[in-house]
Amino acid sequence: MDLQFWIWTAVGISFSIYIGIAIWSRASSTSEFYVAGTGVSPIANGMATAADWMSAASFISMAGLISFMGYDGSVYLMGWTGGYVLLALLLAPYLRKFGKFTVPDFIGDRYYSNVARAVAVFCALIVSFTYIAGQMRGVGVVFSRYLEVDINTGVYIGMAIVLFYAVLGGMKGITYTQVAQYCVLIFAYMLPAIFISFMMTGNIIPQVGFGSEGQDGVYLLDKLDGLHRELGFTEYTLGEKSTLDLLFIMSALMVGTAGLPHVIVRFFTVKKVSDARKSAGWALLFIAVLYTTAPAVAVFSRTNFIQTINNKIYSNLPNWFEKWESTGLIKFDDKNQDGIVKYVADSSLNELTVDADIMTLANPEIAQLPNWVIGIMAAGALAAALSTAAGLLLVISSSVSHDLIKRIINPSVSEKNELLAARVSAFGAVIMAGYFGINPPGFVAATVALAFGLAAASFFPAIVLGIFYKRMNKEGVISGMIVGILLMLFYMTKFKFDWFGGGTESDWWFGISPEGFGTVAMITNFLVSFIVSKYTKAPPENISKLVEDIRIPNMNDS
Amino acid sequence: MISKDKYWKINLKYLIILLSIWFLVSFGFGILFVDTLNQIKIKGFKLGFWFAQQGAIYVFVVLIFVYVFLMNRLDKKFKEKN
Repeated sequence: MDLQFWIWTAVGISFSIYIGIAIWSRASSTSEFYVAGTGVSPIANGMATAADWMSAASFISMAGLISFMGYDGSVYLMGWTGGYVLLALLLAPYLRKFGKFTVPDFIGDRYYSNVARAVAVFCALIVSFTYIAGQMRGVGVVFSRYLEVDINTGVYIGMAIVLFYAVLGGMKGITYTQVAQYCVLIFAYMLPAIFISFMMTGNIIPQVGFGSEGQDGVYLLDKLDGLHRELGFTEYTLGEKSTLDLLFIMSALMVGTAGLPHVIVRFFTVKKVSDARKSAGWALLFIAVLYTTAPAVAVFSRTNFIQTINNKIYSNLPNWFEKWESTGLIKFDDKNQDGIVKYVADSSLNELTVDADIMTLANPEIAQLPNWVIGIMAAGALAAALSTAAGLLLVISSSVSHDLIKRIINPSVSEKNELLAARVSAFGAVIMAGYFGINPPGFVAATVALAFGLAAASFFPAIVLGIFYKRMNKEGVISGMIVGILLMLFYMTKFKFDWFGGGTESDWWFGISPEGFGTVAMITNFLVSFIVSKYTKAPPENISKLVEDIRIPNMNDS
Repeated sequence: MISKDKYWKINLKYLIILLSIWFLVSFGFGILFVDTLNQIKIKGFKLGFWFAQQGAIYVFVVLIFVYVFLMNRLDKKFKEKN
C-alpha cells in the first residue's frame, strides 16, 4: 500500500468520526452551545481540554523546538504545564461556582460594570484572534505537507470541517469531538516515539529511554552533549539564555496559560466545583503524556539526525533527505564543494539549514517506520490543529453573541435569537480566521507565543483579584487591564514588528525578551489595580456577598 | 465542624503550601538551582536537567490531585456541619 493511500484513509476515517459526533451532539439551547449544558464528566472534559490546548504547534513543532534549544526549551515544557496548577488552584473551581458562560461574564458581574465587561470582551477577542490565525495556517500547512495539496486548499478544507461542527454543535459538539481528537493525536504521537525509543535504547518508554544508554553503551544525553561540543554548539543539557529571561518567559507562559479564555471556559462545562478541580488534574495528566514525551523525541531525533547527516557524503544520504529537501525544510549548500555535508555551529562553515518541524515530521522515515504510521501521524496533526481552532472559535462567537449582544447591547434578546447570533458569529469568525490563514500576516508565528503574554497581562490579575481580594473595585480592575494589555501590545509591536521606533535585543528593558514581558505587564496590572482601588470607592455590599459565595462550594452537590 | 471563614482559611493554607512546592520544583530546581543539581547524576540524567524537562511536570500533576483530595475532604467536613 502506498503512503498517500494510508494518509487519506487515516484522515478520512478520523474526519468521519468527528462529523458523526457533531451530528449526534448538536446543541439545541444556549447553555448547550456555550457550556455543553454543564453535563460533561471530569475525565471527558480533561481530554477535551488537552486537545483544545495542544495545537498543531505542540504536535509538530514542540519536539523540534526543544531539540534545537536543548535545556533552554525547558521553559516551554514547564511553562505550558505549570499553568494548569494555577488554573486548578486559583481559578477553575471558583469560576465554576460562579457558574455563568464566559470570562467576560465573570469580570462584568464581579466588577458590577459593563465597561469592565467590554474591556474583557476586547481582551478576549485580541487574545483569541492572535491565536487562531496561527492555527488556521497550521491546518493549511499540515494538509499541504501530508496530502500534497496547495496550502490554501488545505485552509479551505479545514474551515469547512471546523465550521460544520463548531456552528452546529457549539460547545457540546466541540467537547465530544475534542475527546475523539485527543485519542487520535496522542496515539499518533506516542506510536513513533515508542518505536524510536526502543530502536535507540531498547527501552519502550521514551521518558525513561532518553536517560538510558544507546546501543554503544554510552548514555544518550552524554553522547549528544559530546556531539554538540564537537560541532561547536552549546552543550545540549546546558543553556544559553540568561537565568532572568528564563524565569520571566516561564512565568509569562504559566500565567498566560491560566488566563487563556478558551482554556478557562472548558471548566464551565462540568457539573460541579469538585469536578472542575478534578478535570484540571485529568487535563494536565493527558497533556503531560505528550509534554514529557516531546523532550525524549527531541533527544532521539537530534542524535539520530546528526549521526546520519553530519560528515556524510551527500549522494549517499537516505531517501528521506531528498524528499524533505524538496519541501524546503532542509537545505544543503555545499560551500567547500567537497560533496560532504557539514553541520556545525559556525555559520561560515555550516552547510545545512534545518527547519525545526522536521524533527517530528520526518521522524517516522528517519526511523524507517511503516507507511501506515505516517498516515496516523497526519491524522494526529490535523486533530491537534482542528481541535484548538474550534475551541478558539467558540470563545470568539460567545464573546460576540453572549457578552456583547445579550449582556450589553440588547439584554431582552430571546434565547432562540441569541443562539442564532452565536452561530452567525461563529460563521463570521471562521471566515476571518480562514482569511488570516490564507493571507498570514508575516508575524503569525511570533504572535502565537505572545498571545500568552496578552492573556497574562489582562485576564489573570483581574480574575485572581476578583476571587481573592474582596476590596478590589471596578475602577482598579479596569485601569489594571487596560494598562496591562496596552503595555504588552506596545512592547510586542515595538520589538516584533518594529513599531514605535523598533529596537533590537540590546534595547530590551532589563534584558527581558518580548516572550517574557508578559510577566512584567502582569505585575504592572496588579500594581495599577491595587493603587487605583486604594483611592476609589469600595465595591457595594452585594459584591462582597458574591465573592463569599464563590469561595464556598454548593451545599447540594454530593 | 467548620465555618465559612475557617473553610476559606484552610483552603488558603493548602494553596500556600502547594504553590510553594510548585514554585520550588519549576523556578527553583528547574532554573535557579539547575547548575547545582546538575552535579548529581542519576543514570543518564543530570538532575537539574531532568527536573526542567520531566520532574517538574510530574510534580505538577501530583500537586493538582493532592489538592483535589484535600479539598474533597474539606468539602465533606464543611457540609457535615452545615
